Amino acid sequence: MIEIIEKKDIGTITNEMRLEFAAVSDNEAFARMAVAAFITPLNPTLEELSDVKTAVSEAVTNAIIHGYENRGSRENKVCMYCVIRKDVLEVVISDQGCGIENVKRAMEPLYTTRPELERSGMGFAFMEAFMDELQVHSEVGEGTVVRMYKKIGLGSWIDREE
Amino acid sequence: MDEEFKVIDNYLMIRLPNEIDHHKSVDISAKADRYIVSKKVGNVVFDFERTTFMDSSGIGIILGRYKKISCFGGRVYAVNVDSRIRRILLLSGLENIVEIME
Repeated sequence: MIEIIEKKDIGTITNEMRLEFAAVSDNEAFARMAVAAFITPLNPTLEELSDVKTAVSEAVTNAIIHGYENRGSRENKVCMYCVIRKDVLEVVISDQGCGIENVKRAMEPLYTTRPELERSGMGFAFMEAFMDELQVHSEVGEGTVVRMYKKIGLGSWIDREE
Repeated sequence: MDEEFKVIDNYLMIRLPNEIDHHKSVDISAKADRYIVSKKVGNVVFDFERTTFMDSSGIGIILGRYKKISCFGGRVYAVNVDSRIRRILLLSGLENIVEIME
């Protein structure tokens, strides 16, 4: 398994969780709902909630249909690790699937290796757009680690201003 | 007969589910194509009234149907689009393909 790239030092951990689930497509909804429930104490706005859910959905879908090549086997596992440091959410989604040969290429909008599945090639672009930061690390034959950061709770901050 | 799919004149109306992800999209696309072929409809209308969540799989559904009908002059429409869905459509550059009806 790949050990994860640079860890950011952005304060002490206030909460964390780790989930491991079978790489079957039913779990896409489970994963994003779990993250949504996990960040509820941060008081996210509806927009932030929907951003995080979309990004997580993209990353988990990628792991299932690209990492594990859509085999739908319960033997294959996707791991999701979430950390909250004050008001910053970090989500790490990893698989031990086939890996990505050219990460830069894969991250280009509209680039897809599975057009037959009607993949739009917008997965990484959405993760980048909806989160504050995105890091992707992959080794062919080893797996892929997607790490995302987002500051949550800007809504309550704006409310106080008014 | 699914109540999510309705054919009115030359239009296939698709009432999209609450959440659109890859898991759901496979089924929606397959059913829509069956209607497009068997009822020979020219245009497709996506109704987002119930939809609160969509990821890039939704883009795949729209693009896939557009490719099927556009060569015969068909058009794709989206109705009941809220701000979040609109953002996703615009981010994917779909505003030139889908006509968003107010």
